[in-house]
Amino acid sequence: MPDRRPVPFRGGGFNPTPRRALPWIVFAAVIALWQAASSTGLLPALFLPSPLAVAKALQALWSDGTLVVHVTASLKRIVPGWLIGTAAGLAVGLAMGIFSAARAAGIPIVSALFPIPKIALLPLLILWFGIGEPSKIATIALGVFFPTTIAAYSACDSVPRNLIRMAQSFGLPPLDIVRKVILPGAMPGILAGFRISASVALLLVVAAEMIGAEHGIGAFVLTAGNLMQTDQLLAGVVMLSVLGLLIAWGLGALERRLLRWR
Amino acid sequence: MPLHVEGVSHRYGTVAALEAIDLDIADGETVALIGPSGCGKSTLLAILGGLLQPSAGRVTLSGPPPADSLNPFTYVFQDFALLPWRSVEANVALALEHRGLPAAERHERVATALALTGLGDFAAAYPKQLSGGMRQRVGIARALVVRPAVLLLDEPLSALDAQTRALLMEDLLAIWAREKSTRVYVTHNLEEAARLADRVVVLSRRPGRIRDVLRIDIPVADRSRPGHAALLADIHRRLWSLIRDEAATADREMQRA
Repeated sequence: MPDRRPVPFRGGGFNPTPRRALPWIVFAAVIALWQAASSTGLLPALFLPSPLAVAKALQALWSDGTLVVHVTASLKRIVPGWLIGTAAGLAVGLAMGIFSAARAAGIPIVSALFPIPKIALLPLLILWFGIGEPSKIATIALGVFFPTTIAAYSACDSVPRNLIRMAQSFGLPPLDIVRKVILPGAMPGILAGFRISASVALLLVVAAEMIGAEHGIGAFVLTAGNLMQTDQLLAGVVMLSVLGLLIAWGLGALERRLLRWR
Repeated sequence: MPLHVEGVSHRYGTVAALEAIDLDIADGETVALIGPSGCGKSTLLAILGGLLQPSAGRVTLSGPPPADSLNPFTYVFQDFALLPWRSVEANVALALEHRGLPAAERHERVATALALTGLGDFAAAYPKQLSGGMRQRVGIARALVVRPAVLLLDEPLSALDAQTRALLMEDLLAIWAREKSTRVYVTHNLEEAARLADRVVVLSRRPGRIRDVLRIDIPVADRSRPGHAALLADIHRRLWSLIRDEAATADREMQRA
């Protein structure tokens, strides 16, 4: 054949490929651009302090111990609130996933209460529990409860029916079917729910602390705003980002451990 | 363990799936159930093993199940039905864990079943690491480990490619030559039915009725001999002629539905 031409290539692309350096470069570039805009006076410090100023504020807050006080205060609300909400949500959600009666009884209530922004209930909870910690913890627990419940029962639904049939065909007692088939099968959905409930907990702790608290990141950010200390304010916001990242990382580690089979 | 299907009918809502099935299955017999798609053969299998309550009729057994059988009616599933979070070994052990056997005996039984199905080297592997053929071997090992009296196979080779299917069928026949049990084998593959069944039950299209029952008098072990090729080809032809028009009509009905 005298005239051989290669077949035109039309494939490739549309496939996420890892780019190791790029995320860091973009991140650094955004910070650098921000710093440059602040240094040249393009960005007034009162509206948006420079990254350097925020870093300095963070450093100062760390060395005088203020940061630890506020972060600890927030964690003391998030952790018990999340644990209570998660325990109750799993109990109710799994019951709804396993028993038709529990589901029939639960769905209208859960559907009606889930859309309420739980922070709207804080005033009521303050009336019940007082202005102190319990009302804040209860708000977080309530906020965590509903997404956990929904995640748990939908996760039970996502367990393939044929696996349950298989277990029945081998004569597994119902409790074993729950323990060995339904729970492990629902685990991916439950863990995905944890990610949602953790972000809800973070959101609610800040909101609750802004309504009435002396310590805590939310209270700190609010006070800094009132005093127009935007560098302090942003330092608090950065702490929230770090906290969120740490929680996500922890949940990721838990997923890798529990879902190694995937 | 002889099984008797007595006037079994089943309907899903308003759709009749099976109608007036009467069938006796002898002890140690291998019966293949064939029929067009949607004829209710899997439904009948589910009723046989007590996974589905028939709308009418009943399935009975004569005589007690063998003493050493932990799970008299045992299934092998088309989609394997393995727990993805359990290793091969643990998937097979699942069938034994609630039976209260001493751990040593359990391990021994699992090891024997894995060796028998050629899975000895894959005990620690997870299902997603295995090919379809290997996954079905796990399904077969899990069924053998409880020493079933009646083995109920629901299109066990249908999800596999042709070569894997041929290989696994040879292995199944080799295992069955050693393990005595009654078997009911659902398939839409006529060759499989002609190769391994003592009797082939042909069901009509939905609602499934027994259209014909064909006995194959050549011993299963001899069927791969060249001398029987013509006879088996004839059986295959007869099965096809029984099923052909039904399958075509069933397919058209599916289009309409």
